Amino acid sequence: MINLLLFPVLIPFLTAMILMFFPKKVHAQRTVVIIGLAGSVAAAVWLLATVMTDGIQAVTLGSWPAPFGITMVSDPLSAGLVLTSNLITLFIAWYSFRSIGEGRERHFYYPAMMFMLTGINGAFTTGDIFNMFVFFEVLLMASYVLIVLGGEKRQLRESIKYILVNVISSAFFVTTVAMLYSVTGTLNMADISAKVSEIGQSGILTVIAVMLILVFGLKGAIFPLYFWLPGSYAAPPVPVLALFGALLTKVGVYSITRTVTLLLPNDPGFTHELLMVLAVLTIIAGCIGALAYFDLKQIIIYNIIIAVGVILFGVAQMNSAGLEGAVFYLIHDMLIKAALFMLIGVIIAVTGTSNLREMGGLMKTHPGLAWTWLIAAFGLAGIPPLSGFFGKLLIVEGAFEADNLWGGVIILASSLVVLLSVIRIFIHAFWGEPQPIAGVSAKVYRSLFIPAALLTAVTVFYGVGTEWLRPVMTDAAEILHEPSIYIDAVLKE
Amino acid sequence: MEIIMSVIIGFLFAGAVYLMLSRSLLRVIIGTGLLSHGAHLLILTMGGFGGDAPPVLTDGVTDFVDPLPQALILTAIVISFGVTAFFLVMAYRAYQELETDNMKLLKGNDEYD
Repeated sequence: MINLLLFPVLIPFLTAMILMFFPKKVHAQRTVVIIGLAGSVAAAVWLLATVMTDGIQAVTLGSWPAPFGITMVSDPLSAGLVLTSNLITLFIAWYSFRSIGEGRERHFYYPAMMFMLTGINGAFTTGDIFNMFVFFEVLLMASYVLIVLGGEKRQLRESIKYILVNVISSAFFVTTVAMLYSVTGTLNMADISAKVSEIGQSGILTVIAVMLILVFGLKGAIFPLYFWLPGSYAAPPVPVLALFGALLTKVGVYSITRTVTLLLPNDPGFTHELLMVLAVLTIIAGCIGALAYFDLKQIIIYNIIIAVGVILFGVAQMNSAGLEGAVFYLIHDMLIKAALFMLIGVIIAVTGTSNLREMGGLMKTHPGLAWTWLIAAFGLAGIPPLSGFFGKLLIVEGAFEADNLWGGVIILASSLVVLLSVIRIFIHAFWGEPQPIAGVSAKVYRSLFIPAALLTAVTVFYGVGTEWLRPVMTDAAEILHEPSIYIDAVLKE
Repeated sequence: MEIIMSVIIGFLFAGAVYLMLSRSLLRVIIGTGLLSHGAHLLILTMGGFGGDAPPVLTDGVTDFVDPLPQALILTAIVISFGVTAFFLVMAYRAYQELETDNMKLLKGNDEYD
């Protein structure tokens, strides 16, 4: 089954096209979305199993020889990320049934979601730098639709800024690809990497690498380039926010990881120093934001920025512990952010506000929600049996191995800030005097709470089953650390 | 030739940055148009201006222009066309709803919506 790695890209794409035909039939839309996503998750599981048993899967479309056609490559990292994004989208689609409202569902909400998933899976799987640009545009176009769908004043205002920032970063991406093409004469990432290690790394390649960090940093919200994220992400409704927070920035983080490890095998000195400093500043900026707000959405949004910093810090260590920790933490963070956003969606639905000062005492009325939130919060902070622990442990270990003592200490200190920021939500919303609540019917509450609680259970499983998942992460980190494995698999030398 | 093109592209980028930093939303969109022109011309320039014949197979011609950058530009043009169309419609909707095209007035947060 040589085309297996295309299934997670093609199934959402075909589902989206089918959905375009009957936008007004809401029940049929929901059924088709769930069937399509279930098929896509099944294909992703199969793909991951194949990659683990048979090694890297690579197919060059149209049977052209490797550097001339567009290559799609699936290694353990991209297969794991594809599986995670499909799983998260499945839960969020389920969660959307009750929370997004029929008006949006009638106006191409699900097709936009599926097109975005197509772009995300494609960006994770592609082995061609220009094709990656195209898949980025696919996911960005769908995200423009999702962010403005509904047309409230606030959404219109914020999506103008969101589109403008992304148009600029896309033009910058094209510029970078043009320069890379003039230096190497090829667009296939494995071929670029092979050529770079042949001719040695010149100064212009360092410049191009810094430009790539800027491009993907703008998409993935690293320190000086995260300014657009808090405003834009707070505008759309909660399911869209959960999709964005869990998936979009992580595509930028993945692209930085992939390009930096592939393009700079020889002289990582300057760029990795830069990446590390930016990552630490990202963590600090995120920590300040996470403590500054009394708004549920903003607190978790700034936690996205902190996590981006932690992952990139792991990547910047360039030793196997740091890289493995970064891979572990990346997938953990996608799952836990989706779970947290879905849970704050439930809290907002129950209380009718996202201001922490106006809520309290939910422990008495909604104990299940309270304990699920506490588990998710501990998972985010990295309390040992839960999902965030092992990734961060490895990242800190990598930092100490690479003699970046201060960076490791900042990572550990940031965990305390993260824990404080989410426990503050717990204290304000669940303890204290009960406040008058808007309330939702038990049926609506159940259908919002069950997908959120199940996704939290998945994160708990991810933490408890570390030993079982570790071979995937070790293989992924080994390929990042040793680009020649990737090059050989693609160019079949 | 590449030098001249690089200078022109530099001017396009400078004009785009200047326009995108202005207050009126329409000027910002014109700036994004200039920016994508600059990026497309840059791909063409970076591919090199070697070769005489257009990249169409003809008998007796051996020296073709590099076809790859042209394909990349064609892709990038339709993408930026789609995004610009969406952006213009959104600017129109925002003008109807928010009744301003001044970027300075498009502020606000939860407390001051």
